[in-house]
Amino acid sequence: MTWTNVVIQGILIGGFYALFACGLSLMFGVLKVINLAHGDIAVVAAYVAVFVTPRVHLPEVWAFLVVVPLFGLIGYIVQRTLIQKSIDRDPFTTLLVTFGLSVIIENLLLEIYSANGQVVNIGSLISRSWHPATIVYISYVSLSVLGVAVLVLAFLQLFLSRTGLGRLIRAVADDREAAQLSGANYRHVFGIAAAIAFATVALAGIAYGMMTQFAPTSGGVNLLFAFEAVVIGGIGSLWGTLVGGVALGVAQQIGAHINPQYQVLAGNLLFLLVLAIRPQGLFGKKTALA
Amino acid sequence: MNGALLEVRNLTVHHGQLKAVDDVSFTLNDGEVLAIIGANGAGKSTLLRTIAGLHRATSGTIAVDGKDLSKMSPHRRVQTGISLVPEGRRLFESMTLEENLLVGAYHARKGPFTIERIYELFDWMPERRRQRAWQLSGGEQQAVSIGRALVANPRILLLDELSLGLAPIVIERIYTLVPDIVANGVSILIVEQDVAQGVAMADRVHCLLEGRTSLTGVPADLTSEQIDHAYFGAELSHRPPPEAVDP
Repeated sequence: MTWTNVVIQGILIGGFYALFACGLSLMFGVLKVINLAHGDIAVVAAYVAVFVTPRVHLPEVWAFLVVVPLFGLIGYIVQRTLIQKSIDRDPFTTLLVTFGLSVIIENLLLEIYSANGQVVNIGSLISRSWHPATIVYISYVSLSVLGVAVLVLAFLQLFLSRTGLGRLIRAVADDREAAQLSGANYRHVFGIAAAIAFATVALAGIAYGMMTQFAPTSGGVNLLFAFEAVVIGGIGSLWGTLVGGVALGVAQQIGAHINPQYQVLAGNLLFLLVLAIRPQGLFGKKTALA
Repeated sequence: MNGALLEVRNLTVHHGQLKAVDDVSFTLNDGEVLAIIGANGAGKSTLLRTIAGLHRATSGTIAVDGKDLSKMSPHRRVQTGISLVPEGRRLFESMTLEENLLVGAYHARKGPFTIERIYELFDWMPERRRQRAWQLSGGEQQAVSIGRALVANPRILLLDELSLGLAPIVIERIYTLVPDIVANGVSILIVEQDVAQGVAMADRVHCLLEGRTSLTGVPADLTSEQIDHAYFGAELSHRPPPEAVDP
């Protein structure tokens, strides 16, 4: 029974990792940009939910209604200005620029809000849970986050495969030049992809703030887990990202159950194992590595 | 009004230090098929890619209906009626045949070519429309690539080395479509390494040698010697081998 609980907790946290990681995967798949500030953007979203939305008389639970579209817009603007400028120079510039962005964001947050931990206040909801068996506790918050993650991924999958704009995003990811020859403004398409990435990671940031405490430097470690989820699942596969996130979550919970010190280590070991045995990831295609 | 649909004037394009296209001028009239021939590295593909907007011209102008498009981005040129079928076909590999056509149709101009029309043109397509692009043969991929350009309803279709890597019978079958396309009001600029193929299709021929125009004319007026000179360079084919110089 204990192990059942361990696996269940792993799956629950895995949903969060997938929600956090899908934007990273999309940015890399379409723009070929590794956004090193991805985690920090989630943290900024959580701060906005805690400190800004109450001022417009919106309860923190509902903050995502404002924050998610806002970050979509910010994503589009940041892409069309800062990131596009660095893509136009060369791929390494994007690493430097997003790393710089990450440093600036962390220090600004420290300066404004100090290093104190914060939470997104959701009232008594935080402590409620479903108790289906003796030692199995399923927190409603974690369950909701997993549900939201699955919904977001399903929605994204449908968007990319069934709509004209979604197909355009995939076309640009496949062959940017050929997409231009088909009439696609690739910079605009890049902007849309970045908007989706920023919006989903903002949602993940708020979810994180509901589940646990966050601080200005919380972005980095979550970025690492997001990388691992993407690589385990396979680049370019949204469902792969979900499976990767869940696999990472379960591995971490198993490690933590053996010894709390082993939580991160167990996840890293799984990550290295996948890299060694199946470098394209569980659901990735070999060509994605080329 | 001079009847020219596309007018390229004194176009020079650099590839880094290399002058790939050197002061080339020509016009393409409405309903015409113009073949640009030349050896490997003569600058043909660069010329087409510059017309499509993928390369910046160093100098010179590219005008459609007298309007200069030198500064226009590639996707805007598609909307003014220029579509390029790129060398190497360049399909969207992760997508199905139909999705490739749908991408081409997303920003399409109004006109006769719909996806249904493409399916009539290539009757094997409908039953294979759910297959991934990489599962198609080279000739089939080339057909999809042409279809993807046609559904945008171009006024000027740029065809870059259709014959590359295809069997002669397949090439022939693809080129039989050209009159059909022209009949729908599309003017065509063909780039070919295969001179016979280019000359057979074209109303006029424009030969490039090391980036410069070496010959222009109507196929019927040109002798094969003239074309050979223009293609390989007169010096190359006529100069006797250098004599050994006594020490």
